[in-house]
Amino acid sequence: MKPPPFDYHAPRSVGEALETLADVGEHGKVLAGGQSLIPMLNMRLAAPGHLVDINRLTELATLDVEPGGVRVGALARHAQVERSEEVAAAQPLLRQALRLVAHPVIRNRGTVVGSLVHADPAAELPAVLAVLGGSVRLARPGTVRDVPAAGFFTGILESAAEPGELAVSAFFPLLPPRSGTAFREVARRHGDYALAGVAALVGLDDDLRITTARVACVSVGPAPVLVDVTEACGHRPPASADWASAARAVQERTAPEADIHATADYRRHLTGVLAQQALRDAAREALDA
Amino acid sequence: MNIAITLTVNGVVRQVEVPGRRLLSDCLRHDLGLTGTHVGCEHGVCGCCTVLLDGEPVRSCLTFAVTVDGHDITTVEGLAAPGGAMSPVQRAFAECHGLQCGFCTPGFLCTVTALLRDNPAPSEEEVLEGISGNLCRCTGYQNIVKSVHRAAEIMAEES
Repeated sequence: MKPPPFDYHAPRSVGEALETLADVGEHGKVLAGGQSLIPMLNMRLAAPGHLVDINRLTELATLDVEPGGVRVGALARHAQVERSEEVAAAQPLLRQALRLVAHPVIRNRGTVVGSLVHADPAAELPAVLAVLGGSVRLARPGTVRDVPAAGFFTGILESAAEPGELAVSAFFPLLPPRSGTAFREVARRHGDYALAGVAALVGLDDDLRITTARVACVSVGPAPVLVDVTEACGHRPPASADWASAARAVQERTAPEADIHATADYRRHLTGVLAQQALRDAAREALDA
Repeated sequence: MNIAITLTVNGVVRQVEVPGRRLLSDCLRHDLGLTGTHVGCEHGVCGCCTVLLDGEPVRSCLTFAVTVDGHDITTVEGLAAPGGAMSPVQRAFAECHGLQCGFCTPGFLCTVTALLRDNPAPSEEEVLEGISGNLCRCTGYQNIVKSVHRAAEIMAEES
């Protein structure tokens, strides 16, 4: 239960970090909060030759509410984002989801961008980025690119971040007017990875009819499963929307696998129930918005 | 290759040379001889190794010593007053039987110390959420929850 040896790098600037990552290429791994990476090292599930520790890059510990959304820097801890009233007002889904991420002590250290890059299909934040249509900013020396959520999560624990690239920030778009969000999940114990979970976004028009309804589901595929259920909800006011039909549409799109924690059928069942609950919650928030 | 780091542990400046892969938990126990920090699961589940990093509780088994070079660490050894008088949280755990075998206790004490500093009068729900990341296989938790409320009382009485 001790990490394998690695060469340790402690860059003092983002520029130096990018140069180091470019040098070590596919043998390099970025260390931010370490709350997923260090367990994997301790259990010898990962053995990178070089660890590039970005914890001294305080210039990445940023949290900015911009006109179009919330930009979270690579060193912003879960706890910092969760506690920000400004962020909760601009994009409530972040706090709704972060309260379900592990335990408070883990959230003191873990980072939002780190969770995204780790791309665990059972994690909450990839689903948040997916349902909001956010993006991740990846940098290498002299180049920066923004990858939309739809193309960022490429498989189990795999993201579009390539060897030598550093994820410097993530962008979570603001909610449009008259819209609401919710996150619902079921875990064996509070703080565990969810057996199933659903992030939902519902938007209404001026007549308070549903114009947007979509969900992103966790633990039912290799990456967050994004499903647009606007049609299934039937362009009606939330009180008469066909939530059951929306839930069935979500279930049809999931391909869960069985493991020691739950059968595939049980995960699909939970996803349907949670989708209905999350959509109702989000619609209620939209009516109050 | 070892790396020279400086940590301020319980108010004392300590210099040590460690390999990059040295976990903070092992650095505290093996390099600095502070065995009050216990190591349970080594993958962040049990909470026994929780210490305060610049005042905030963190898992020392999920932190590399080299990462926290230059920072302040408080371990269970640093919770009592300089003369050795136990802190309100420590007294409350003793008074309410908040421990039996004591293995998980250092992690609980550090977690609860920070919890009550940030929230001096937590609700039942806030206490449960606050200690949700620490496992105890002896007490059944009821007396730990009582200890947290009692510690809050003691701190209010003494402030």
